[in-house]
Amino acid sequence: MQIALSVKNVTKRFGDFVAVDDVSLSVEDGKFFSILGPSGCGKTTLLRMIAGFYEQSGGTIELRGQDMTDVEPNKRPVNLVFQNLALFPMMNVYENIAFGLRRRGEKSPAIAKKVNGLLERVGLPGAGKKTIDQLSGGQRQRIAIARCLVLDPTVLLLDEPLGALDAKLREHMKVELKKLQAQVGTTFVYITHDQSEAMVMSDAVAVMNAGRFEQIGTPQELYHNPASSFVAQFVGNNNKLRAVMHKDERGGFFARYGNGMDFKVDGAFDLSGGDAYDLFVRPESLVINPVEAKQELNVMPAAVKAILFDGGNSRLLVTPDGFADELVVALPQTKQFDHIRAGDRVRIGWDASKSVCFKRADWKIYDDE
Amino acid sequence: MRKRSSFSKAVFIGTIVFLSLPLLVLVLYSFNESKSGSWTGFSLRWYVKLFTDSPQLWRAFGNSVIVALSSALVATMIGTLGAVAVNWYKFRLRKYLRTITFLPMILPEIIIGVSLLVFFSGIGLKLSLFTVFVAHVSFNLPFVFLLVLARLEEFDFSIIEAARDLGASETQTLLKVILPISMPGIISGFLTAVTLSLEDFVITFFVTGPGATTLPLYVYSAIRFGVSPVINALSVVMILGTVALTWSTRNFLKYIAAK
Ligand SMILES: Nc1ncnc2c1ncn2[C@@H]1O[C@H](COP(=O)(O)OP(=O)(O)OP(=O)(O)O)[C@@H](O)[C@H]1O
Ligand SMILES: [Mg+2]
Repeated sequence: MQIALSVKNVTKRFGDFVAVDDVSLSVEDGKFFSILGPSGCGKTTLLRMIAGFYEQSGGTIELRGQDMTDVEPNKRPVNLVFQNLALFPMMNVYENIAFGLRRRGEKSPAIAKKVNGLLERVGLPGAGKKTIDQLSGGQRQRIAIARCLVLDPTVLLLDEPLGALDAKLREHMKVELKKLQAQVGTTFVYITHDQSEAMVMSDAVAVMNAGRFEQIGTPQELYHNPASSFVAQFVGNNNKLRAVMHKDERGGFFARYGNGMDFKVDGAFDLSGGDAYDLFVRPESLVINPVEAKQELNVMPAAVKAILFDGGNSRLLVTPDGFADELVVALPQTKQFDHIRAGDRVRIGWDASKSVCFKRADWKIYDDE
Repeated sequence: MRKRSSFSKAVFIGTIVFLSLPLLVLVLYSFNESKSGSWTGFSLRWYVKLFTDSPQLWRAFGNSVIVALSSALVATMIGTLGAVAVNWYKFRLRKYLRTITFLPMILPEIIIGVSLLVFFSGIGLKLSLFTVFVAHVSFNLPFVFLLVLARLEEFDFSIIEAARDLGASETQTLLKVILPISMPGIISGFLTAVTLSLEDFVITFFVTGPGATTLPLYVYSAIRFGVSPVINALSVVMILGTVALTWSTRNFLKYIAAK
């Protein structure tokens, strides 16, 4: 597989402020790559460097192996779907899509063929004569994407293109975008702060925080094997337990929670005794009234606070005895737990191998929320 | 409630009468047979005289038109490019530049007139129609600049970047994106400049030279020897012209906005 985009040790400083800090990534041809991170972490800055609107302070950006450092934005084989779309208000839909082709000096019949083909592809055949303000939010979205795709870029960059849409339309467009990408086969680099968008659409995701990449991997890898506390918390839902790591007499480790309760831990983590750790357990790893009495199971009695019914995504809010924190527990809709009511007492447990833990560092976001 | 609305109606009618009565009198007297203040009968003789026997007036009118069109054109070109540059290159002095361009708009005209006169004589430029043209360009410039800038600022800067991203060079971006979107601002800037230039008296008075009389200057000097009914006739023609121009530009701007 050819590498479409390769970013090597790229840094961007604005004065003293480091917006993008030594970031590297490479995307194979035809892949859907996402950069996921909270607001202000430097996603747009990184994308603008790839598109050529900012010059990087250090590092190199290559497209199909060619260094882009001295290449003007209009000469780069990438196109950017802007965060606010940036459609040309004085042109109709057809002219918007034809703009790039005209700049290349293509002939009118060829332009018409390509533009109409793309309008069909994005599900808006015959919309060419419409003006921009006659379009709905979702339609504008598609025109902004069509305007770039018609140029057949090596990489299509998308800056939170679904951010302005309402929740329902966003769900729909997620699927549409993924299908479109599979159809046209163009390499997509997609940035978002919505982890579910990134997970659903991407072949690979880079999780970004405060200008750095915390981890790059498939959605499954990020979900099951987060590389940092930040990733564990940002990707998917997680319960966080603050604990202090202790060494037992046989050299193994266990985590002691604030109330003196000990949890078994299991896994290849960088552990050291006496340090503060965050222990993460996913809601679906928590089992209600576990039957098997396995050695590796952490089991504790708890009171049910509330039942959060949401179909297949239903949850139980519980407080284990002596806990300050509430835990979110997946509630399978298999009729097995239908008898549970708020105020009931249950036992909950998790397999020690299903939890992950990270030494508590002073990372900024999501602490003490 | 009712009383108030009839009160506001009265104020409205009063204002209209107050504003248009002098105009009505003017129109009426332009058709007066006699030269003096009393009405002696209907006649078109002043119109005939205006169109057939007023060479100086038409020369002044010609000067005014030349100065108005040329100064408006130059001011529009410079002002537009200036606004584009200020909007495009977001340099730090931008804020101050705006304030500086506001200055000529709020300064009394007499100060501008005097300073231009001092400037011209300082660099040894002989007063002529050319100095009038230069002066008009200078006081028209801020209007065009601000009108175009205001229009440009309605749009997000990202459409300029989008044009670059889609393969447009800087020149193509200017011609295909920036100028089309600023066109309403450019046109209203140009028309404002033409109007301001046509009617300017004070500044022109200071910087004009021999043989470079504009229409307002001519009218003023003619009136000093008593109101000539020819001037009344000219005023009526100009009122009609202004109304026609305003009406057609309004429709034109509407047409552009709808496009
Ligand atoms: N031109 C600039 N000059 C100075 N600082 C900047 C500039 N552009 C961005 N920054 C800073 O860099 C940081 C990252 O900004 P960026 O726009 O890349 O964030 P983002 O991840 O895209 O956020 P969002 O999700 O809100 O769009 C921010 O703290 C921002 O204030
Ligand atoms: Mg952004």
